[in-house]
Amino acid sequence: MACINPDGTLAPSAQSILTALRGGAAKAETLAQQAGLPLFRVRSSMRELVQAGLVTEQEGAYALTDAGSERLKAIAA
Amino acid sequence: MSDATPVNGLPRLNEPAPAFEAVTTHGTIRLSDYKGSWLILFSHPADFTPVCTTEFIAFAEIYPELQKRGVELLGLSIDSVYSHIAWVRNVEEKTGVHIPFPIIADLDRKVATAFGMVMPGASSTETVRCVFVIDPDGILRAMLYYPLTTGRNMQEILRLIDALQTSDKHHVATPANWQPGDKVIVPAPKTVEMVEQNLKAGYEMVDWYLARKTV
Repeated sequence: MACINPDGTLAPSAQSILTALRGGAAKAETLAQQAGLPLFRVRSSMRELVQAGLVTEQEGAYALTDAGSERLKAIAA
Repeated sequence: MSDATPVNGLPRLNEPAPAFEAVTTHGTIRLSDYKGSWLILFSHPADFTPVCTTEFIAFAEIYPELQKRGVELLGLSIDSVYSHIAWVRNVEEKTGVHIPFPIIADLDRKVATAFGMVMPGASSTETVRCVFVIDPDGILRAMLYYPLTTGRNMQEILRLIDALQTSDKHHVATPANWQPGDKVIVPAPKTVEMVEQNLKAGYEMVDWYLARKTV
């Protein structure tokens, strides 16, 4: 896993992507700009985040799941 | 009797580059993750080797120029991801140069085989110094193969990108030793009507089949 650490915690890149999704669903291109990450990196990270149940994908747009929102709150706390 | 290692065919120019999913120093990456960007996929023989180290430093140095052109870099060798991580950390510690792009850990040689990176005559255990330029649609546009003993020329790689992007943008070709700003070559006419058209177009004409213009 590149953006989710072996102990389940989120790498900084994953935190940046999830934070960028707080404003609502977005495409990978938009997230790359907002998170300051290369597009390829966002695309590969999204596969992991979807697989981990933190993000959903619909027609190329990504959105936080309830679990993803909870994880963000826990990070901010 | 020959016990030579079998070699897969080389990929072909102007055809889709072989798709892959690979473990890298930046996580698992697919070729399709680069859709919409130009990509330079390059191989090196091995981590912690002298020529490769100079090349990685040089690739890192041109990376900002490549990014300005919408180009990403992706390295590859038949080493583990732990070896790659140790090597790039060592390079940064010893030279101060950060390697900002991912490197494929191709231990099962799947990517190396698909792209014809292993040349048994040079080495059956290492990839030679290959460069594959893949366009935003995933089409293989250029291939360079260098031997183990010869480090690649980064200015030529930049020039190649500039030439390909100029050709795509203006539907022209570029002459020998072309540099950005130099005149480009108008595609050779294929009919007498096109010849007449080119003769009237105000191009710099050497003869009807060789015309240059500024873009």
